Amino acid sequence: MERILYVPQDTAALAMGADAVADAFRTEAARRGLSLRIVRNGSRGLLWLEPLVEIATPAGRVAYGPVAPADVPSILDAIGTDGAPDGRTAHPLYHGPTDEIPYLKNQERLTFARVGLIDPLSIPDYEARDGFAGLRKALDMPPEAIVDTIVESGLRGRGGAAFPTGIKWRTVLQTPSAQKYIVCNADEGDSGTFSDRMLMEGDPCALIEGMAIAGLAVGATRGYIYIRSEYPQAERILAGALQAARTAGWLGDDIQGSGRAFDIELRRGAGAYICGEETSLLESLEGRRGLVRAKPPLPAVRGLFGCPTVINNVISLATVPFILARGAQAYRDFGMGRSRGTLPFQLAGNIRCGGLVEKAFGLTLRELLFDFGGGSASGRPLRAVQVGGPLGAYLPESQWDTPLDYEAFLEISAMLGHGGVVAFDDTADMAALAEYAMEFCAIESCGKCTPCRIGSVRGTEVIRAIREGGDRDARAELLQELCDTMMAGSLCALGGMTPYPVLSALRHFPEDFGLSPASVPLTA
Amino acid sequence: MDTFRSDAEAAPHDVDPLVRDILARHAGRPGALLPILHDLQDALGWIPEQAIPQIAAALQRSRAEVHGVISFYGHFRTAAPARTHLEVCRAESCQACGGNALYEHARARIAAGGAGEVSLAPVYCLGLCAQSPAVMIDGRPHARVTPEKLDALLASAQEA
Repeated sequence: MERILYVPQDTAALAMGADAVADAFRTEAARRGLSLRIVRNGSRGLLWLEPLVEIATPAGRVAYGPVAPADVPSILDAIGTDGAPDGRTAHPLYHGPTDEIPYLKNQERLTFARVGLIDPLSIPDYEARDGFAGLRKALDMPPEAIVDTIVESGLRGRGGAAFPTGIKWRTVLQTPSAQKYIVCNADEGDSGTFSDRMLMEGDPCALIEGMAIAGLAVGATRGYIYIRSEYPQAERILAGALQAARTAGWLGDDIQGSGRAFDIELRRGAGAYICGEETSLLESLEGRRGLVRAKPPLPAVRGLFGCPTVINNVISLATVPFILARGAQAYRDFGMGRSRGTLPFQLAGNIRCGGLVEKAFGLTLRELLFDFGGGSASGRPLRAVQVGGPLGAYLPESQWDTPLDYEAFLEISAMLGHGGVVAFDDTADMAALAEYAMEFCAIESCGKCTPCRIGSVRGTEVIRAIREGGDRDARAELLQELCDTMMAGSLCALGGMTPYPVLSALRHFPEDFGLSPASVPLTA
Repeated sequence: MDTFRSDAEAAPHDVDPLVRDILARHAGRPGALLPILHDLQDALGWIPEQAIPQIAAALQRSRAEVHGVISFYGHFRTAAPARTHLEVCRAESCQACGGNALYEHARARIAAGGAGEVSLAPVYCLGLCAQSPAVMIDGRPHARVTPEKLDALLASAQEA
């Protein structure tokens, strides 16, 4: 009897030695004369258990992890002839049925429904789990109806800006042009985030399908995926998936005999954080330095090569197939307030159980950090949490009960962004992190606008001076004025939002700057 | 793509035919400069200055523009990399888990010549933030890296 074994090929698994584990299973199975089929799936997102190996049993998949090559013989010993654990030997790495692990069971996976379950390069696997159901429907719908469905779903841009996706699409649909483009922003540069990478490595066809639906919705026949050069594995898997989708007739001049055309080209970035900003990304795609463009005109009106362009994040586009397949209401039913649907949160940093947690908006940071994350990895108390990437605020414990919702976070001068959550224990030096935020802005600034280019350098200097001591109160005031200038005067979010981590660190952790709370005003 | 190891002998004296091939492959492609530079760096491990006039002429852009693009993007190199290329993440999540100490360890060890021929570069996020700190060695990712683990990884990279 052939046993089916899943060993992820997600970067998170590879970085913990998954290839060597897969090799060890192959070698050991051959030695024992076992018939073993190894599927290289995406990650289930329980990243503290990677490499997480699953074995298919009559009762479903069971999990072992983290598996090292040396564990392979004992794992093969522990499973009976039917492939299930034989009950006599509870293996120390055995976690039971994967779907019953609370971390997974308590999630609401809509966008990530297939990630980790399927072979990412198998079109039949994808189709067996609702794949291309949304595109099939869209092929029979007028463009306006597709756009209306996305508007009604309440989907907002998951890259961080949270602009309503359907409204963006409507602008492109209503802008006449012989050529339009769909651009996927896969330049996931925010530290603490990896959901785009996991999606592309675990279910790339969802992104391909979402882009094709977007193409039908606005009348674009050509798409680009701009992927960061730090993600070589995601690039390899996407390239394979694009080829498989073409071969199966889901991309090309005549999608499934519909007479409709759409194809996608994969482009690699080159290590510039700023290219995650949409206009800078377009410049880069056109072959130039990634300098931010002034808006208006919006890319929806004049975008790539001067044509109307939908530019969306990976998660936004990969969510579109679910909405088309199940209807706008099915998506809308999740979430709170104006934040509809789910967000794939990424639990990172100093956290015991880091990983991907897709949940409806509305849970609290505390639930994420403790119910899912299990507290700090170091065992020390958690002190600060940065939400939303390097431009997101540092939140002290008093704010951890804020519901994870776009508007609720804006109210506390923070942002959800792309859903990255980075935890720090009580050894963190918040003044050093504030200095780093300014330094990062200085390193990555495209240089086009003065507040960002010069402000970030001056900001780094002022924070360093505060940390070194002397005239701290006056310098703190100067820093706040500088931050005001950057927020009000920068062209894009890099200069405009670097003050968020800086000011939140200053406001909530003044003692780290050698300041008393009284010298730091509560509003800035 | 997954190796930065350059074939130093192949560059730069006979780089012309390679550049010509790459340019032909991308002829007529809109916005082709980054893909061209990537192909060149993938093939050689770096981008020799001699290639710039040829690329500029083919794309009808100025040499300054091509140089400007190369210098804007941190990924592009204008000198041959060392035998082993080490990228250590400096971003927040890795800082929360000892990333700064790991970077200092790497810098000190390489400076002391204890790691063989290694070039060190900072990188800002490898997307392994739940398993910090993370590094990339010759295009291969490694997570939960301790100083001891890094030394072992560098040693085996030098042997490879």
